[in-house]
Amino acid sequence: MAKSNEIKAILTSPIIGNNPITLQILGICSALAVTSKLENAVVMTAAVIFVTAFSNFFISTIRNYIPNSVRIIVQMAIIASLVIVVDQFLKAYAFSVSKQLSVYVGLIITNCIVMGRAEAFAMKNKPIASFMDGIGNGLGYGLILVLVGGFRELFGSGSLYGFVILPLTSNGGWYQSNGLLLLAPSAFFIVGGIIWAFRTIKPDQVEPKE
Amino acid sequence: MSNKETFGKTIGVVLAVCLVCSVIVAGSAVGLRDMQLANKAKDKQNNILAVAGLQTDKTNKEIFSSNIETRLVDLSSGNFAEGVDPEDYDQRKAAKDPQRSIKLNGKENIASIGRRANLATVYLVSNDQGKLQRVILPVHGAGLWSTMYAFVAVKTDGNTIAGITYYEQGETPGLGGEVENPRWVKLWPGKELFDAQGNPAIQVVKGDIAPDSKHKIDALSGATITSGGVQNTFTFWFGEQGFGPFLNKFRQGALTNG
Repeated sequence: MAKSNEIKAILTSPIIGNNPITLQILGICSALAVTSKLENAVVMTAAVIFVTAFSNFFISTIRNYIPNSVRIIVQMAIIASLVIVVDQFLKAYAFSVSKQLSVYVGLIITNCIVMGRAEAFAMKNKPIASFMDGIGNGLGYGLILVLVGGFRELFGSGSLYGFVILPLTSNGGWYQSNGLLLLAPSAFFIVGGIIWAFRTIKPDQVEPKE
Repeated sequence: MSNKETFGKTIGVVLAVCLVCSVIVAGSAVGLRDMQLANKAKDKQNNILAVAGLQTDKTNKEIFSSNIETRLVDLSSGNFAEGVDPEDYDQRKAAKDPQRSIKLNGKENIASIGRRANLATVYLVSNDQGKLQRVILPVHGAGLWSTMYAFVAVKTDGNTIAGITYYEQGETPGLGGEVENPRWVKLWPGKELFDAQGNPAIQVVKGDIAPDSKHKIDALSGATITSGGVQNTFTFWFGEQGFGPFLNKFRQGALTNG
């Protein structure tokens, strides 16, 4: 069936081929802020997948009723409501993580990926396809977040998901941690490295010379 | 397609979207409230334990039933208050009730909290042999955006800080929010609350601090107003209107058996 193939393509293409962070260079701000630990990256990923998927779905459902002149405001209202719901759930079920993520959950509202997909995809496509597009883009975002978060936590604090992998010298082990990786700018270098790797494997992602 | 662009349709769609969204938001906020409050209470307990300094394998619940005694202090007299159950007492609610609090006017309102409850909850921490180790006092004061709530653990001399922890604040993350930073919190243990005359002496200051300084704490960089708020919180809560009278009696040993 052509249709299920199409949906599958919508779901999988943003993960590597059309990745929102490495190709579209969207959502960098939060990718820097929440990736010092793998756990934060995973929770953030789940939150963003939820928000992009459902905001795409709802916006697509009512896309034929949204007046063009106020469409951005309507999209924002829907996205903001979903983000508040996520924030409330985190406070109830994952309190310590929500304390660490603090403002960044609220800032999903301004995450360019959510808004970008709503405007570029959900306004023109059917609800199910939009929902899948949201999940796909959330996964693409999450893949990079988890890669960066894993790298930073492993080499910055010697652990993965809170479990000690490389015992630190400060705790009597042998691994001297790299303090730079705990600071936000290090995510720039890692994201840059990932983009380089992606474009080496897939040369068609390289922009033509101007 | 042009029919959806009329004035009435635009208003209608926007109103409908807002209505649905507000119902969802309100629903989730109300529905999850109990759980969030339980989490907050648990977080508060963890913060009390963090400054209690107990080395034990017991669970939180066991520690709270065997090692930590919750008492109420009448702030104006400095004595323990009887007749009110500490478990049911809510200091924040009491601070809003004119019957159970006092209004702080002008100069008295150092920490910008407006009203102060007459009774304050304190936690007495004992070791497994039943010997008093620390007294944990709750303090709060205005920062830049929010009221900041903290616990201060005081050693049995009634003067030396054993530790502090800010457990609720809404300051700018990365700047004022650094009141929760473990590295900054580590600056506090060993500092002394009072000078030789018994006046509150903690100073949050910028610049270099002599390592043997008993009263000075390095201010948070980039957070002048939050640091000022911390200063005011300590000046108020360890002054005459705060725990001054209580700690004074405590130092003289009048309360150790009470």
